Amino acid sequence: MVQEQAPQKLSIQFEDLHQQNESYIVGMWTFLVTEIMFFGAVFATYLVYRVVNQEAFWQAHRHLSVPLGFFNTCVLLTSSLTMALTVHYSQHGLRKQQLLFLLATMALAMTFLVVKGFEYHHKFVEGLVPGPNFHFEPAEYTRVAQLFFSLYFAMTGLHALHVAIGVLVMGVLAVLIAIRHPSVQDFIPVELVGLYWHFVDIVWIFLFPLLYLIPR
Amino acid sequence: MSVTVARPGEVRHNYLNAGDTVRSWLLTTDHKRIAVLYLVSVTFFFMIGGLLAALIRLELLTPQGDLLTSENYNRVFTMHGVVMIFLFLIPVIPAVLGNFLVPLMVGARDLAFPRLNLASWYLYMAGGLIATWAMVTGGVDTGWTFYPPYSSSYSTSQVTLTIIGAFIIGFSSIATGINFIVTVHKMRAPGLTWFRLPLFIWAHYATSVIIVLGTPVVAITLLLVVVERVFRLGIFDPALGGDPILFQHLFWFYSHPAVYIMILPAMGVISEVVACFSRKRVFGYHFVAFSSVAIAVIGFLVWGHHMFTTGQSVYAGMAFSLLSFLVAVPSAVKVFNWTATMYKGTIDLRAPMLYVMGFLGLFVIGGLTGLFLAALATDVHLQDTYFVVAHFHYIMVGGTIFGYLAGLHFWWPKMTGRMYPEGIAKLAALIIFAGFNFTFLPQFVLGYLGMPRRYHWYPEEWQMLHVMSSAGAFLLGIGYLLPMLYLLWSLRNGALAGPNPWGATGLEWKTDSPPITHNFEETPIVTEEPYAYENHHEHEEVASGTGASTTET
Repeated sequence: MVQEQAPQKLSIQFEDLHQQNESYIVGMWTFLVTEIMFFGAVFATYLVYRVVNQEAFWQAHRHLSVPLGFFNTCVLLTSSLTMALTVHYSQHGLRKQQLLFLLATMALAMTFLVVKGFEYHHKFVEGLVPGPNFHFEPAEYTRVAQLFFSLYFAMTGLHALHVAIGVLVMGVLAVLIAIRHPSVQDFIPVELVGLYWHFVDIVWIFLFPLLYLIPR
Repeated sequence: MSVTVARPGEVRHNYLNAGDTVRSWLLTTDHKRIAVLYLVSVTFFFMIGGLLAALIRLELLTPQGDLLTSENYNRVFTMHGVVMIFLFLIPVIPAVLGNFLVPLMVGARDLAFPRLNLASWYLYMAGGLIATWAMVTGGVDTGWTFYPPYSSSYSTSQVTLTIIGAFIIGFSSIATGINFIVTVHKMRAPGLTWFRLPLFIWAHYATSVIIVLGTPVVAITLLLVVVERVFRLGIFDPALGGDPILFQHLFWFYSHPAVYIMILPAMGVISEVVACFSRKRVFGYHFVAFSSVAIAVIGFLVWGHHMFTTGQSVYAGMAFSLLSFLVAVPSAVKVFNWTATMYKGTIDLRAPMLYVMGFLGLFVIGGLTGLFLAALATDVHLQDTYFVVAHFHYIMVGGTIFGYLAGLHFWWPKMTGRMYPEGIAKLAALIIFAGFNFTFLPQFVLGYLGMPRRYHWYPEEWQMLHVMSSAGAFLLGIGYLLPMLYLLWSLRNGALAGPNPWGATGLEWKTDSPPITHNFEETPIVTEEPYAYENHHEHEEVASGTGASTTET
């Protein structure tokens, strides 16, 4: 493998590069812990309501499109692969491959958002957005179905926001790599974005079965 | 490492004179300058919160609601709570003293992420200004707890703006927490093992863990309330099958540990000051260190004690009650160990030590009255009365502010290079202690008699107690003003401090006062345990002993 790593820049507060790199990685993991707690609270909220309203949640979940959800799951899983490859090539200092797979990851992330957009659009058309225009069959579940769709929009919306932020961050990273900016000479920034991206994927891995695949 | 005392007239380089433009302050990444920025901003918000408290106590002088309308009274006590908790008590010690001292104490040149640290101050200011804007444009009247459905369907006040402010401030604490965790893990000086860390660092580490685990939960919970208000989703709305009690669970999952975010750093300060002014090592160092961790862990399992009377299951109540008793154990371990540290110590009653003594007294009262509230049966009587108000002020004000003032005086020479005036500082400590007890002891009685919190009308027979409380608050206000005045005075007129005016151990005392921009001329190497006061004492004796023997021969 080609080892063409230029010398990294050492920030003043660190003693050596090893300490600097480890600090960034530990910092990113600590941030991901806060993200887990962030999503954890909504997951807990959802689970409490689902346990209490089994039947209504089952009725409501039938209005979600499993094929589209499954497609999006595949898209995100593939994007995790391309991201892992980006990190791999970054560690070996292969700029072109790195850029290629980073752009592939971005394309997959945007595909996910577009599909999600279509799904949201369907919900608007079908009147499944909570509020005065909400209507649901069978009518006896209207009340709790609104709760289900409130949570659906809150959870997938929050996740989609994280995907969108991921696209932005990857875009900045791609530009920096393309112009050979000194801050991306080593693989640490790519590694950090990679950690974030895998986290965003894992959230979806939990969201998909929780919302789309409720057993009878 | 240079530790020479600056001669009068000689100006040494330090972080304060490293640049005097506004830009050099607002774009600084120096943790010490950011600490000073925080010092100024938390003091500003403390004064706003204090003025609101003054309005509450003025209103309560008379049994009728004659100064404020009911609506305005609701707004005033809510904003007092929001400002004091989110903008003062939670950030005060970590963001001011912690920011200044964590890198110094671990022997690092700065925190791991200096720019993130600066960003945290900007987030804090943004959140603070949004909350202030909400106050000016109509205020908020839900109580600082934002319970739905008050906060979702039934309030027309500025709930959304205030919550967005609190949400942003939450991210400022998360940034600080992440910075401290990484700094303590990765940036300790050579030889500074975990069990050589000052207890201040252990306390801040435990605090950071709570911040990182708890704050996101309240952030998302408050966000759900905003979503409910703005997009009319119905997550906590009973009309849509939602459950307001669930909000309370999620809210207190953070907001009870938040009390430990306030008190643990204060406990860290107490450990440092009590060892220095008793000239002894902290009794049971490991127990004090691990009790911080124990508080952080158990503190996450007691939130349900806020909900004994709000429709939670009885069995959950019993479990939460037991766990609440359990969390008192590590707190008691600390109090006993500090007391044992003083035992047979050479106690020097300087102003910081007076605050430590005050802390111990107030924290014991606050802690023991907490046990009344942790007991299921007594809580039914005391829930939402002034007993609760008095209890949490004893912990949060008596604990956090006394710890903060102890630390601010103790490290003032380090931060500014100047000594504060000792005599008036002692006087202020006594006034604050007296004023505090005058304000809040009567509230225990009021609560026991049945005075509910958040009401401004009350039966006439309670007026005497309320007048006592208001008079005490006036005294307390004077007590708070004094340090603001004499500390500012000391910036120009205080005696020069020198690197180590207290003869204290710890790396922060081994560099100049005020420290140079990157803290140490060269990275210090640690070769001994913390609080080795007795070792140094022995060395002196040995030195003088050998000196005497040489003169004899």
